[in-house]
Amino acid sequence: MTRWLPTALTAVFALWLAGSLVPRRDRDFALSELGRIPVVHNGRVQPFDSLARNSLTQIREKDKANLEPAKSWYEKPKILSATEWLLTTMTRPEVSDGFKVFRVDHPELKALLKLPEPDPAKGEDGKHYSWNQFGPEGLRLVEESARNIARTKKENTQRNAFDNAVVGLHESLVLYHRLKNTLMPEDTAGLVQEIEAYKASIPAGVAAFRSRMSGGPIDTNALTAMFGHSERYFDTVRQDTPLLVPPAEGGTSDAWMRMGDALLDAGVSAPLLRHLMKSGPQDELPPDRVAAEMRAAGTKTLHPSVTSWARIGDAFRAGKVEEFNATVKEHLAYVASLRMEKALTKTRAEQAFNAFAPFSKSAAIYIVAFLFGCGFWFDFAEWSRKSSLNLVRLAFVVHTVGLLFRMWLEGRPPVTNLYSSAIFIGWGSVGLGLLLEGFWKNAVGLAVATVIGFATQIIAHNLALSGDTMVMMRAVLDTNFWLATHVVIVTLGYASTFVAGFLAILYVVLGVATRVLTPDMGRSLSRMVYGIICFATLFSFVGTVLGGIWADQSWGRFWGWDPKENGALIIVLWNALILHARWGGLVKERGLMNLAIVGNVVTCWSWFGTNLLGIGLHSYGFMSGAFTALLIFIATQAALIAAGLLPQRMWRSFRAG
Amino acid sequence: MSKKALQFLSSLKLTVVLLALAIAVVFFGTLGQTSDGLYVAQERYFRSWFTYWTPHGSSFPWVPLPGGYLVGSLLLLNLIVAHITRFKWGWDKSGIFMTHAGIILLLVGQLLTDMMARESVMSFREGDSRNYSESSMDFELALLTDAGSNTLDQVVAFPASLVKPGAELAHGLLPYRLRVREAWENAEIRARAPMMDSNRPPAATQGVGARAVIEPRAAMRTMDDRNVPAAVVEILEGANSLGTWAASGGLRPQAFQSGGREWRLEYRPVREYKPFALTLLKTTHEVYPGTDIPRNFQSRVRIQNPDAREDREVDIYMNNPLRYGGYTFFQYQMGREQLNQGGRGTSALQVVQNPSWLAPYLGCVIVGLGLLVQFGIHLGKFLTRRPAPRPVAA
Repeated sequence: MTRWLPTALTAVFALWLAGSLVPRRDRDFALSELGRIPVVHNGRVQPFDSLARNSLTQIREKDKANLEPAKSWYEKPKILSATEWLLTTMTRPEVSDGFKVFRVDHPELKALLKLPEPDPAKGEDGKHYSWNQFGPEGLRLVEESARNIARTKKENTQRNAFDNAVVGLHESLVLYHRLKNTLMPEDTAGLVQEIEAYKASIPAGVAAFRSRMSGGPIDTNALTAMFGHSERYFDTVRQDTPLLVPPAEGGTSDAWMRMGDALLDAGVSAPLLRHLMKSGPQDELPPDRVAAEMRAAGTKTLHPSVTSWARIGDAFRAGKVEEFNATVKEHLAYVASLRMEKALTKTRAEQAFNAFAPFSKSAAIYIVAFLFGCGFWFDFAEWSRKSSLNLVRLAFVVHTVGLLFRMWLEGRPPVTNLYSSAIFIGWGSVGLGLLLEGFWKNAVGLAVATVIGFATQIIAHNLALSGDTMVMMRAVLDTNFWLATHVVIVTLGYASTFVAGFLAILYVVLGVATRVLTPDMGRSLSRMVYGIICFATLFSFVGTVLGGIWADQSWGRFWGWDPKENGALIIVLWNALILHARWGGLVKERGLMNLAIVGNVVTCWSWFGTNLLGIGLHSYGFMSGAFTALLIFIATQAALIAAGLLPQRMWRSFRAG
Repeated sequence: MSKKALQFLSSLKLTVVLLALAIAVVFFGTLGQTSDGLYVAQERYFRSWFTYWTPHGSSFPWVPLPGGYLVGSLLLLNLIVAHITRFKWGWDKSGIFMTHAGIILLLVGQLLTDMMARESVMSFREGDSRNYSESSMDFELALLTDAGSNTLDQVVAFPASLVKPGAELAHGLLPYRLRVREAWENAEIRARAPMMDSNRPPAATQGVGARAVIEPRAAMRTMDDRNVPAAVVEILEGANSLGTWAASGGLRPQAFQSGGREWRLEYRPVREYKPFALTLLKTTHEVYPGTDIPRNFQSRVRIQNPDAREDREVDIYMNNPLRYGGYTFFQYQMGREQLNQGGRGTSALQVVQNPSWLAPYLGCVIVGLGLLVQFGIHLGKFLTRRPAPRPVAA
């Protein structure tokens, strides 16, 4: 039986993966088709599905909306897909205001907002609350406190956990409010009907507006009839809502518009309104542009996709399935007719990628593979190792596919931000682990691959909670050449230093706590660690210096002592120290292992710690939760080093008998 | 030198200790940036021989440390002595030799950069020409008068380091002396408010200062903020005082009469003149749709160099600097408000003069190749000598 087990096990997991590739059929509303519609948010064209998932993840830390959070999974709570939640938010805000999707954990914040305690009978789980539960008073409190914090504690480092909870909740609430006003003003009675009324008011309204601007008589009724609408649309525009309306000229143009912008374009345009109401110098237009906007007022026809979005919204609201499905199709066909095939292919692919979730799937397989790998050391024999090896290979394929897919979607090298660095460090470590396993066949490489593979996916998952993981690159970072060289190589340096550190941990744990560490295995671990540190030195050195050269290319300073640069330099120095200590005979097998464990701390410092300082060019992601996590990690590494320093007679593996 | 001392200087133990110290300096130097700011921390930890680290708000020297210069030069010494006394050439060590040579190049290159590199800023609006760049740190108190021709000025400039309270500034070309009454490293000058400042005298008796007050500010420590120095100077023709003037980096030139000529007084960033001129033709500032995330800053400039008979246009944008005449021009900042106003766009170029800019490029290649060769040799040996994997039970 054990002969077939490895293959059978892999086949089961492969089937599971294949199963999730089959697209789900919509039961009534064509929500998965809607999820494919391209929209623009964070400066990036993405499927509606991604906007929905990323927004919900930011608000709720999950990409599904559980409407009955107090129920356990076996009680079958009502769960909405992200797309359905977002569409409800956009079209029936009075309903979505009652959804318990806002995650609040901090006890003081809950007390401040008088949020109910957990009580399953009343449907309260003590973690998720609805917009309505905050109430006007709660919303005011959150906004006021968040503004206060932003004003008095500019530096992230000055903020405590409570401050971060307030700011985080405020951001979620602002995002939610934006989403409510993305498709239609939230107080509308029916968008299609409203647009008809607006269109009818334009000719007289614009005439009155022109007359007023040139000092002629004012037809107040005509003016209010039009501006009553304009004002509402202008309000939604000012909220920086996502952009739903594709550029009419199509192709690769990036002139996407908000619904409000497109509506105002048919009457008095948003830029002209901004100019007239100017809230700052950035709103001012040059005189020739003002004249052009004045001439254009009231002459443009309404963008066709405004009407189709309005019909989609109204149909969903009224529960008209057929009309909804037909309009979604129509809209997609319209977008396709704009020569935007590339955008459509990508949004379709991204939607499939979201559903497949390759990274969390590979993480799950890594866990199972880890258990089988450990089994090998406790004499489950070769079938256990083989099973583990096959599973790791399968997960590695999924991991790789996910990585390549992301690269294609973004048109970028693999590492563009902290999130993707976690994915890539995991990928590199798993690859290295498989190589080691190929040489030694003693499950050590598998342990490395599975543990680091899984841990980095967890880190990536937590980093993804702040929203979209594929944000656009600022001008200075917008260079595939340097991202592909400096960033990739430095990240490989991180990955290999972690692998060496993890091998060292394995040495200490297996040696102190079990009898698995034979002298043979000790020697092979020591050779692995040494060899990997050699290459970690190479990667981290070359990567760090390339970073310097990039800096020299972009602002003329090869070395600026930026915290992130310093962190990378410390990794290089630490690896060089280990190599010299070993060449000089200052450390032997165990000393090497202890130094390699310190390498984990050094690498973590460079990866996350330097971002926590909140200074410098690379401080792109501050996470307060990460600070605690980093301290805990350092404490565990210190404990392992202490264990590694125990006299040999206390190591189970070295005890005679 | 005794054999023992040489042995010590070339030992791997010393290398390991120095590497550990280097790590400590870099680590505490990074922490120090949170309280001191990048520039001060750099001076304190990296461009020094000895230093110490103190936690935020404490003045007790908690962690004494060697400075960056000391660790760097000892590492260099250790490396060179080791190569002279201990290392013997062999092809199997060629990678180590290359690596070490590259590291020497990097360390020396960085030292040269440290000593010779100069940074300044050239900022202009569309249509403006500049044949000088301005220091972003240092100011000078400049006195200008017409030199007879209508384009050139005669200038006498005193560096800010001389502008200290009580100092007397004189120069053969000036028919007067300046006596510094007050001076601040960083201060704001503002119009004197009718009520708030009613019991406060104006900053000076003449010029803008007669209607203004000066508010001292704490000196800035980060790279992004800059100090705007200010001073109050008295102008003396012999024993006769012409009155006092307020000078500040935030003010335009102020005119006064002396020796039958008009003079102008200006506290301005130190200028560095170039033998060529750049004209800003056009600025481009693009953002991603629906966001404020910058996608591209770009300046189109025209280079005019009468000596080299050169007159051409180039684009300078992020990651694409212009290297010209021993200087490198980088796209640095761009005024967005002005662009939106439809007025002329502004652009600031970072100007760097660094004769040793090539050293890190070469150093990186040499060290990278060296490590690759050396570890390739290790790997080759390992692969040929590796014992067969232990037989596995099926």
